[in-house]
Amino acid sequence: MKIALQINEGPYQHQAADSAIQFTKAALARGHEIYRVFFYHDGVNNATRLAIPPQDDRNLYEKWSKLQKEHNLDLVVCIAAAQRRGMIDEDEMKRQGKDANNIAEGFRISGLGQLIEAGIEADRLIVFGA
Amino acid sequence: MTMLHTVNKSPFESKAFDTCLGLAKSGSTILLIEDGVYAATTGNSVADKIKNTSDINFCVLGADAQARGIEAKLAEGIKVVDYEGFVDLVAEHDTVQAWL
Repeated sequence: MKIALQINEGPYQHQAADSAIQFTKAALARGHEIYRVFFYHDGVNNATRLAIPPQDDRNLYEKWSKLQKEHNLDLVVCIAAAQRRGMIDEDEMKRQGKDANNIAEGFRISGLGQLIEAGIEADRLIVFGA
Repeated sequence: MTMLHTVNKSPFESKAFDTCLGLAKSGSTILLIEDGVYAATTGNSVADKIKNTSDINFCVLGADAQARGIEAKLAEGIKVVDYEGFVDLVAEHDTVQAWL
């Protein structure tokens, strides 16, 4: 079955970002396809590569990047939500004339159309939120 | 058409569980996750709500109940599932609605 996720909550905010990772792992273990993971609202903060969580704490950014590599996941960050929060990739950095970028490897920035498409193409769309 | 409802807020913090319970149709399932697991405990003002609802299936995410130390306090008739059980519930129901 094709399953898509929408994540509305940032890392370490409460638990939704953690739940989403656990769910994704379990869905893959059960043989389902993760059609797309769409990061929306504060959820876009999961895509930074500059965060340094304490060594004895879970590293959500690494977990997503690792899962992405292992399973070739489509991790999509909402562009409008990202720009509001200073989440920017190299292309946007150049286009907006900024001096840095911070999107981790394995994530891509795109628009809400990707969420709508996931809702249409996937068999299930699960929302993890604040 | 069956629906899986997920509730991730404590019933002592938010109206999400009450709203979900009021709108969930007969035969649907309510899965309590994160702080939502507190709705599955006994000995408080929300305990009767699950007890008095017979046409809806209630499940609780075991890891989240365990993390909060409430496994021994779960109400009767509540099915405990793990994350793979969560995935199976998603697959078994036609749609999923998250009550945030």
